[in-house]
Amino acid sequence: MKWMTGAAAAAALLLATVTTAQAGETYDTVRERGYVQCGVNSGLGGFALADSKGEWKGLDIDMCRSIATMVFGDASKFKVTPLTTQQRLTALQSGEIDVLTRNTTATMSRDTTQGLMSAGINYYDSQGVIVKKDLGVSSVTELDGATICVLQGTTTELNLADWFHAHEISYKPVVIETSEGGFRTFESGRCDATTSDKSQLAALRASSASPDEYIILPEDLSKEPLGPMVRQGDDEWFMVVRWALNGWVEAEEKGITSKNVDEMLKSDNPDIQRILGVTGDMGKGLQVDNRWAYNIVKQVGNYGESFERNVGMGSPLKLERGLNAQWTDGGVMYAWPIR
Amino acid sequence: MPMTAPRARRRRPARPRWSWNDPALRALVYQALLLGLVGLFIWYLASNTLHNLSKRNITTGFDFLQQRAGFAIGETAIAYSPNDTYGRAVLVGLVNTLMVSVIGIVAATLLGTLVGIGRLSRNWLVSRLCGLYVEVMRNVPLLLQLFFWYALITEIMPGPRQALSPLPDVFISNRGLRLPWLAGHAMDWILGGLALAIVAVVVIAHWARRRQDSTGRIFPLGRVALLLLAGLPLLAWLASGAALEVDRPVLTGFNFQGGLTLTPELSALLAGLVIYTAAYIAEVVRSGVQAVDTGQWEAAASLGLRRRRVLRRVVLPQAMRVIIPPMTSQYLNLMKNSSLAVAIGYPDIVAVTNTILNQTGQAIEGIMIIMAAYLVVSLSISAFMNWYNKRMALVER
Repeated sequence: MKWMTGAAAAAALLLATVTTAQAGETYDTVRERGYVQCGVNSGLGGFALADSKGEWKGLDIDMCRSIATMVFGDASKFKVTPLTTQQRLTALQSGEIDVLTRNTTATMSRDTTQGLMSAGINYYDSQGVIVKKDLGVSSVTELDGATICVLQGTTTELNLADWFHAHEISYKPVVIETSEGGFRTFESGRCDATTSDKSQLAALRASSASPDEYIILPEDLSKEPLGPMVRQGDDEWFMVVRWALNGWVEAEEKGITSKNVDEMLKSDNPDIQRILGVTGDMGKGLQVDNRWAYNIVKQVGNYGESFERNVGMGSPLKLERGLNAQWTDGGVMYAWPIR
Repeated sequence: MPMTAPRARRRRPARPRWSWNDPALRALVYQALLLGLVGLFIWYLASNTLHNLSKRNITTGFDFLQQRAGFAIGETAIAYSPNDTYGRAVLVGLVNTLMVSVIGIVAATLLGTLVGIGRLSRNWLVSRLCGLYVEVMRNVPLLLQLFFWYALITEIMPGPRQALSPLPDVFISNRGLRLPWLAGHAMDWILGGLALAIVAVVVIAHWARRRQDSTGRIFPLGRVALLLLAGLPLLAWLASGAALEVDRPVLTGFNFQGGLTLTPELSALLAGLVIYTAAYIAEVVRSGVQAVDTGQWEAAASLGLRRRRVLRRVVLPQAMRVIIPPMTSQYLNLMKNSSLAVAIGYPDIVAVTNTILNQTGQAIEGIMIIMAAYLVVSLSISAFMNWYNKRMALVER
């Protein structure tokens, strides 16, 4: 009978929705699945970009690899979901990804009203404005009446409006969906300037046809602390992400690099012994190998190595360490003690 | 009466009214059951979603519409500043969508009708050119066409400081088209005159039709209408003292200020939508005209009517019945396709709501607003076109 089949199908659907609604904890799912699903930028040089072989590289990718290494002892146990700025938060809320490692600003409303949690900061950024040199402008305050290309769905849109409002100057926004699209529209001359996080502007400038034609204006329109984000409801998973980040940063502070990590195993410094899992039981509380930090440094490198390789002087972006230097070097990268 | 007796006998014998053997009753029960199941399912989905959202500490509800938006919108047909609410921002987006849809529908109908009739032309070149237009435009995706028009405007046009000026005070640059525009007092009088002229034309048209029906005399409506539409605003303007305040575009700093602007985003979107939809409308018009039997043409011609009058008075009224229903779906398509605006940065309702749902994180509410807006506009267009269709339908006497 037709209607009975229909009813059975409806009931099955109902039951199915019940199971997904009460899906297990993120951490359990990740371990059962055997890899970490990271949400990343769909293409931002230095942070997340697929190379000619299709392998993803970048500072945010290394964050994701560190998490994978912490859980599985293997930096290759991760998959990426490239996301636009508009999709990223929804993808995390809905469980499509386990962790968002996609240059996303940690803000109060994202933590308190959007069901998310920032696990730490892996890049301290600020919003800047880039213009063509021949515009003859050296400060954002001179941009009264300018047309500015903005990326849709970012804190950037709000900061821009606030900053111009506070300085009592006007502008016309042209809101574009992707950062490459926005930069292209700016390059074509539709806009006098474009705005985004300074790291992104540097990446876009580096990949443009003639990088020397552009200057990034000195003003910082906002603070943009960027870091990995997880959804609420799984404290263990949250801590895995937080400590993968802290271990990564701490290794640099203690001078442990991918090259000397094996020698460091023999170090008699109790701090280093604890970090590398030679002594103590630091991994147990998170159900990971005690040598989790050793694995991260061995396979991914420490935070400083990753920074230099992806966005620092060893990369086309040539970004200064600046705020992202270790606190011992005048920056604000300050890992919590592993003890 | 003898007539009613057999009819009464044919009626069903009196049986218990609510029997399971009654197919009508069974159908009713099944339908009620199905409706109940569907209702239950929707209720389940809604409560399940709400439960999950609250479990994940995600705020729900439409309270955010009252909060300060904080972001700017590049093109606004109604007043808006970042200090306004999210609700106002949604309204700005909706007005932008409506504006594009209305201008687009009118322009696409005009262009499409011309091309459609052109395809039937006896002139070989005209008909082939129109055919080529239809085939090319229908077979290239609209999104691609939008990118093409947008790139054409932004990449090829010069910057504002080197703007082209084909006429005094008219500037074309990659910031769009800037025209001088009448400002202030005079504009109100001209608009008033125009409104008066439109009312007069409608009244005269009504009277002319009645007179033609009763006396057979034809009134030169077209010429009179043109005269009124041009003359009345002019007279009104003269009556107001012929003050001419012109708002001229002037290059100040980075851009032109003042005057009327047609931005590259709006121009590209309109060009894409109109040119693409007109190709479909051309086919609708062509098929409608061809659906009218050639005998109609021949019969009208044998009465001595000229070809143009035959088209206008005999063929088109019959063709309209074939044309209107598919035309309705073309109008709906155009309106819905305007959501591709987001790709080239025109702030339509989708673009604005996308920004809002990112700022507030309330994706479900945002999508619901977009869906409701499109549903209401679509249903309104359908309702209007159905009314028009009914009016144009064959009246059998």
